[in-house]
Amino acid sequence: MNAVELENVDIAYGPTRVVRDVSFAIAEGESFALVGESGSGKSTILKAISGLAPDWVGTIRVLGKPRGHGPDRSLAKICQMVFQDPYASLHPRRTIDDVLAEPLAIHGIKEQRAKVEAALAAVGLDRRFRFRYPHQLSGGQRQRVAIARALMLEPKILLLDEPTSALDVSVQAEILNLLKKLRREQGLTYLLVTHNLPVVSFLCDRLAVMRHGRIVEIADVDALKAGRLTEPYSLELFQASGGPITAGA
Amino acid sequence: MSALHEWLLEESPSSRTQARLGRAWRILSALARNPLAAIGALIIIALVVTALFAPLIAPFSAVGQDLSNRLMPPSAEHWMGTDELGRDIFSRVVYGSRITLLIVAMVAVISAPIGLLVGAISGYAGGWTDRILMGITDIFLSMPKLILALAFVAALGPGIENAIIAIAITAWPVYARIARAETLTFRDAEFIAAIRLQGASATRIILRHVLPLCASSTIIRVTLDMAGIILTAAGLGFLGLGAQPPLPEWGAMISRGRNFILDQWWVATMPGFAIIAVSLGFCFLGDGLRDVLDPKQRESR
Repeated sequence: MNAVELENVDIAYGPTRVVRDVSFAIAEGESFALVGESGSGKSTILKAISGLAPDWVGTIRVLGKPRGHGPDRSLAKICQMVFQDPYASLHPRRTIDDVLAEPLAIHGIKEQRAKVEAALAAVGLDRRFRFRYPHQLSGGQRQRVAIARALMLEPKILLLDEPTSALDVSVQAEILNLLKKLRREQGLTYLLVTHNLPVVSFLCDRLAVMRHGRIVEIADVDALKAGRLTEPYSLELFQASGGPITAGA
Repeated sequence: MSALHEWLLEESPSSRTQARLGRAWRILSALARNPLAAIGALIIIALVVTALFAPLIAPFSAVGQDLSNRLMPPSAEHWMGTDELGRDIFSRVVYGSRITLLIVAMVAVISAPIGLLVGAISGYAGGWTDRILMGITDIFLSMPKLILALAFVAALGPGIENAIIAIAITAWPVYARIARAETLTFRDAEFIAAIRLQGASATRIILRHVLPLCASSTIIRVTLDMAGIILTAAGLGFLGLGAQPPLPEWGAMISRGRNFILDQWWVATMPGFAIIAVSLGFCFLGDGLRDVLDPKQRESR
């Protein structure tokens, strides 16, 4: 069964169609990347899957089940999202503990204390951060909290919207390593949006290249590493990011 | 004391309560460092203490008449003189603080939550909900405060309760406007989107995530409005539509003193001083709160 499946999906913001006729499928446990320049519609696809961009036509299936158009309470336990900007994605007036306990409270899950501490440990944050406010944390620490929050409901699928682009280079590597470790430990499926090809080759199995709201090519990450992309636009993007990629980010 | 201080300012609090108390303590100490805010807070505390212990502070009864001692100038015995029925003005001002505090507190308790809720729902929901709620708000905003309050009191009959209701009805639209504007600044923020994705209902998002962020600007505004509320209440009292005699309401006292203002100035002036002092206190406190709770300074704490 596929974790996420899109068939002929068109997404619009008001009168403008941002994404046209997109189809792809991500197997369970796979890590799939959407790459492309700004405005190519890659983040919009994540928003449609999560329910934040309800204005779309076509079929979106999550774990085989077609999803509706708004945010969905039952989907919350299957599919969660990590946002781009860790400075905007945490409530400024709530402690880390509040932020992490909230999804448990929404779904009436007990043993909040133990679960919050376990989540902090899983993303490599010390227990002393538990009762701090977001403004008392660095960008990397905030992004760890955001990842921990996304994992609180033990979802199968994680939608990652440029999770490292707002961070310093050294912190980026830490977060990428953390994401890689979490995927291995919890058997997660990733759908990653990025414009950074080294991140793709480090974290993903396959990628789709997007341009002007359409997918121009879907390829294996090996093809990316070897520079064997076929479409001219993909190659252009590949050249722009500095040629063949050997190591991780 | 220093142990408590350290516990409050702990960088890594070990419980929810400690984190919240620590935040409250930081706000309080920032407030105490602001001289105007400290003066304002002292005046308000003095008002509350006076209201609580009025029978202990006032040397005379607020309503006891003594016609042989009418219209006496301020003296050692009657600090603020006596009025046309020989009642001690100082005692009446002291008892009047209870009425003022009651009006101010009730108006805040009624109008601030209504305004916050209407504004937050309007801003978060958008669309038709927003248009309808803001239309209603605009209708109330377009009416002059005192005139609308007068109309309500005229319809409901004079008295403190009706004055409170009338003032509350005219006060909430401003808070709704503020809460809506504040909500609009973060309704599309990622932290709200994250909570939506976790399956939270709109009610939960508004009550637990939107309202706390609108609260500080509303608190500031309510505090600054307190002066206006006191003046409106005094105005209603002055016109004979607020507290009824013999209640020692400050506005009503000024109204009675008007007849003697040229020869016995203290009858109208003393309650006037009380109104000025309390209004100033709320203004100072509101300004100080704005400095402390201002979102632009939040990051530095």
